[in-house]
Amino acid sequence: MIVPRLLNWFDERLGAASFAKKSLRKVFPDHWSFMLGEVAMYSFIILVVTGTFLSFFYVPDVRQVIYHGPYKPLDGQPMSAAYASVLRISFEVRAGLVFRQIHHWAALVMTGAVVFHAIRVFFTGAFRKPREINWVLGVVLLLLTIGIGFAGYSLPDDLLSGTGLRIGYSIALSTPVVGTWLAFLVFGGEYPAPDILNRLFVLHVMILPALIAGVMGAHLAIIWRQKHTNFPARDLTNDRIRGPRLWPRYAFASVGLFFVLFGVLALLGGTAQINPIWIYGPYHPITASGASQPDWYMGFTEGAVRLFPGWEIRLFGHEIPEPFFPGALLPGVIFGGMLLWPWIERLFTKDTLEHNLLQHPRDVPWRTAVGAATITFLGVLTIAGASDVLASSVDISVEAMTAILRWVAIVLPAVALFVTYYLCRELRSGDIHPVKESKITTVRRSKTGGFDTTEEEGGGFESVEERLGL
Amino acid sequence: MSDLSETTPQAPGTPPSTRGPDEARVSRLMMLLLLLAILAGVGLLVLYALGGQVQLEGILLFILLTGIGFAFILWGKYLFPTEIVTEDRGERPSPESDRVGAEQAYVEGESQITRRSALVRMLLGAFGALGLAAIFPIRSLGPSPGRALFRTSWRAGLRAVDEAGNPVLASDLVVGSVLTVFPEGHVDSTDSVAILVRVDPAQLSLPDGRDVDAPDGNVCYSKLCTHAGCPVGLYLAEFHQLQCPCHFSAFDVLDGAQPVFGPAARPLPQLPLEVDQEGYLVAKSDFTAPVGPGFWNRGDGP
Repeated sequence: MIVPRLLNWFDERLGAASFAKKSLRKVFPDHWSFMLGEVAMYSFIILVVTGTFLSFFYVPDVRQVIYHGPYKPLDGQPMSAAYASVLRISFEVRAGLVFRQIHHWAALVMTGAVVFHAIRVFFTGAFRKPREINWVLGVVLLLLTIGIGFAGYSLPDDLLSGTGLRIGYSIALSTPVVGTWLAFLVFGGEYPAPDILNRLFVLHVMILPALIAGVMGAHLAIIWRQKHTNFPARDLTNDRIRGPRLWPRYAFASVGLFFVLFGVLALLGGTAQINPIWIYGPYHPITASGASQPDWYMGFTEGAVRLFPGWEIRLFGHEIPEPFFPGALLPGVIFGGMLLWPWIERLFTKDTLEHNLLQHPRDVPWRTAVGAATITFLGVLTIAGASDVLASSVDISVEAMTAILRWVAIVLPAVALFVTYYLCRELRSGDIHPVKESKITTVRRSKTGGFDTTEEEGGGFESVEERLGL
Repeated sequence: MSDLSETTPQAPGTPPSTRGPDEARVSRLMMLLLLLAILAGVGLLVLYALGGQVQLEGILLFILLTGIGFAFILWGKYLFPTEIVTEDRGERPSPESDRVGAEQAYVEGESQITRRSALVRMLLGAFGALGLAAIFPIRSLGPSPGRALFRTSWRAGLRAVDEAGNPVLASDLVVGSVLTVFPEGHVDSTDSVAILVRVDPAQLSLPDGRDVDAPDGNVCYSKLCTHAGCPVGLYLAEFHQLQCPCHFSAFDVLDGAQPVFGPAARPLPQLPLEVDQEGYLVAKSDFTAPVGPGFWNRGDGP
């Protein structure tokens, strides 16, 4: 057969057989939530495939042209060559629109998968020793994914994305001390400078994909080396691993996931319209439209910038403008906190042991509560990013909606914090979810016919299954 | 990748137990899925040759790809033995001897380097110089901010023109209406864009006696929001407010465009106007303050 012969050929040259043997027999713990990282990785592959196709037609050029294409409503309109090239992809290149829409949907799904993957890892304590490096690399991947998404979203040079880019410029400009230089160097001068599209294009198709591929490669190599975590189960200890082997079962499931994901994205790309830039119109720096919402992963910054009050700091003839606080400082604090979380947590737990068994979120109420509060906060901000749409749908003024959302953004996370904390504690001490601190109640019938009830501390149970003796 | 862990499958372990529900039925289902996938693939070719159609492309791709995908998943789930293995993870930290060995190997080399401290210092100096030299090209990325953020193209005596370049008479606008204006000859100048509002002069109470800069109630402000630079395009005539569509900052036109709601912290800079002999609106100077979003040294003034 061909494969063994091939294996021998390589082994004589690379000594690859030991590695191949170990890899094919590798044990992969199985749980639906472990799929999220795979979805992110496969979305990235789909983005590279569809994006390569798009890059053959896209032109990162802001020079103005007059449109004379098949989309009649824009016939004779001045627009940038970039916008015209995206219209060409959408209306003239065969299969162009389906590729473009698959690309956009895949970007939305990838950012979502990265976020939910991070949430899964956070709430189950999978970032604890020895996996801190991978947690940090994961947060870096999240930032890179958001960055590449924003850069790509800005490329069509439509009215919606151009407005987002302008806000990005204003946030860069608001940086204390270096803001003006930063904005001028990144954007190539006072907004709107002609170089920016070309720079975003290079970032989007070369620098950021290379970085993502590199960091993702390291992320995977490390999980390969460290092996996956397991949820606690009966007779499974910290130094043992359980699951199907890579070859053939896990490999088939994973390849199947890739194709199903690609198929679903193709269905969305074909039948669910996304980012119809011909409706938004070409970017013109002196106009902006209402109901301008960015893609979902940027929604929290948009919401923060809307809700934050008009406070500027002016001291000694210098100024820290308002957009700096919600636009730069807040994301900095949130992502910085994420990055450092394994060490922040260790300050409190003093836990330096190695953990290969996951925690159920209820088992660590304070961490779960902090996570729930943070997600609630970001969720409210994301909703606030569409405050105008929300206001008009419930028929109140934007001003009233903003005032309401400001309070909600403060109160709701606090409520989430306390509710989650006490809910976890209840679940942990309840009979149905017995864990380490639960009591075992034993009822015995004595020889005389009476009943003795004894309660003892549970201790040592890692899971419901174990507690119930399954 | 070298791996210190030894995989020792759990002795007889979990039995290569129960197969799926009915292998014959599963493989029939897979055959059907793959047949549909093949048909969808052929259909895509035909569709493509006919010129393509986005919804059909999506649906056929969906059938083709998910057909393959579900075939793989079904195969993995039902046609392989459901073997769940439990095995040792293997030791992670290297043996103590290797750790000590690695440290020794490093220290031996290091001592060879550090004893030539003068050379090391020079080498570090050279790297520093290389680092500085590498920073220079960053400077090429953009022009110096200079005074660019403090100035626009408006100058005393320049007529206000609309987007098409037509000059605007002081009587062109009716009370309650607005017009986007530029300095004559600079309709491409983004930072000069201004919004002209006609209000009842009796209602105006501009700060610093600037009522005189709004002839016949033609009051003109920078159109760039002082918050994040979006064009302030919505005029709520009823409330005499200009509103930004991005973050909903609102500015009171009668009161020197002071922010009355939202995240903006500063009024829109005013463009002082007068009327020339032919009745057209002309600028008396540049804006009263730097336009657009704030920045660190904005206080240095125009």
